Amino acid sequence: MDISVTVNGETRTRSVEARRTLADFLRDDLDLTGTHVGCEHGVCGACTVLVDGRAVRSCLMLAVQAAGREVTTVEGLAPDGALGPLQQAMADSHSFQCGFCTPGFVMQATAFLTDHPDAGEREIREALSGNICRCTGYQSIIDGVLLAAQRSRQA
Amino acid sequence: MKLPSVEYEAPATVAEAVGLLAEHQDEASVLAGGQSLIPLLALRLARPAVLVDINGVAELSGISQANGSQANGSQANGSLAIGATTREYMAEESAQVAQAVPLLAAALPLIGHEAIRNRGTIGGSLAHADPAAELPAVARALDAEFVVRSAAETRVIAAADWFEGYLATARRPDELLTEVRFPMAPPGTGAAFEEVARRHGDFAIVGLAAQLTLNDGVISDARLAFSGVADVPVRARDAEDLLKGQRPSSELFAEAARAATAAIDPPADLHGSSEYRKKVAAALVRRGLKAATGNAQGTGNAHERQHS
Repeated sequence: MDISVTVNGETRTRSVEARRTLADFLRDDLDLTGTHVGCEHGVCGACTVLVDGRAVRSCLMLAVQAAGREVTTVEGLAPDGALGPLQQAMADSHSFQCGFCTPGFVMQATAFLTDHPDAGEREIREALSGNICRCTGYQSIIDGVLLAAQRSRQA
Repeated sequence: MKLPSVEYEAPATVAEAVGLLAEHQDEASVLAGGQSLIPLLALRLARPAVLVDINGVAELSGISQANGSQANGSQANGSLAIGATTREYMAEESAQVAQAVPLLAAALPLIGHEAIRNRGTIGGSLAHADPAAELPAVARALDAEFVVRSAAETRVIAAADWFEGYLATARRPDELLTEVRFPMAPPGTGAAFEEVARRHGDFAIVGLAAQLTLNDGVISDARLAFSGVADVPVRARDAEDLLKGQRPSSELFAEAARAATAAIDPPADLHGSSEYRKKVAAALVRRGLKAATGNAQGTGNAHERQHS
């Protein structure tokens, strides 16, 4: 099937099989490998992207279902190569170790902070509870998102 | 794993959708939010020949109020009709749901995680009928009604008849679940959804949907349904009968917890033994009834003001 999807502001048209997930479409058809594929059945959160501004698991959505929609991936947060404010705050807080879960956390946190700029630690922990990290123990990730929230309030 | 090869149809109307189901029968799987079906495909637990994707059927999404009538039992107070593809986040953010069906509003934030609720649908969860999920217990507790359509007819199925077994419902292969009607809570009603899960957002080891209606401090209606204790959501009728006509107290709730758990025989698995689940279930009844009472007392006045 031929589909057109707006990805990070750019309309991309490809022919895909129905069974192609949005995650594989982004990675294999569009070479946007920032979106990571972990469990491939909706448990780990590594493949989280934004569809029409809302966080979704791109392994649980077919590419054909994204036709006509606006998808934002982690590449879309740093279009010129400079880190966005959330990414910078997370880097400053050492939120990353191996980096595999990182794009999922960044996208989930992006969606959450957009809707809840005043969120505290408890809300942030709950918002990120669907994403799995096997390195950090989560504390540094929470610290990074909290720092981003603080900086955005001061700005 | 990658999804298996599958044909794909995206009907634009219910008529087209049921036409496809009539053609493909049990070779077809209905794809709504996909938060349960896509994992089943990835794990090869489902191998449909055709996916009928109903996300483009606009008439299936939305929340509307239906008036009650004396004739239709549990729905006498009127009901909130929720279209099958209404996404869970939409119902979660709906002021109408919060006001009219507080038990549903209490359960929705506990479903999976935000990214799941952004895609997952009310009808999808109820048609998938996982006995550990929240919405089946809510539907069973409230005596919700399920509207299914085939090319030939429309049927309305009571929640008591809808859940037939593990991931099995009364829906026939050529039928589409189009709408679920939740009875509106009468004034003086309080609700709570309690669950114990390994981690936030996981399927609960045991869950409980609890709703009480108070009339001059006396329990006039009580509704309790468990998730995770059998292959279908389980209503605790004995406990409900015991509560009705009484005044809320911790002794009464302890008695209700004993009555509610006397009749259940929960499964044992790596998350907990049968005995453990029974203890959790009893604790949830005590906790749920206390929370529901608090909510009933908190909201009772507001409701009365609105209805006077």
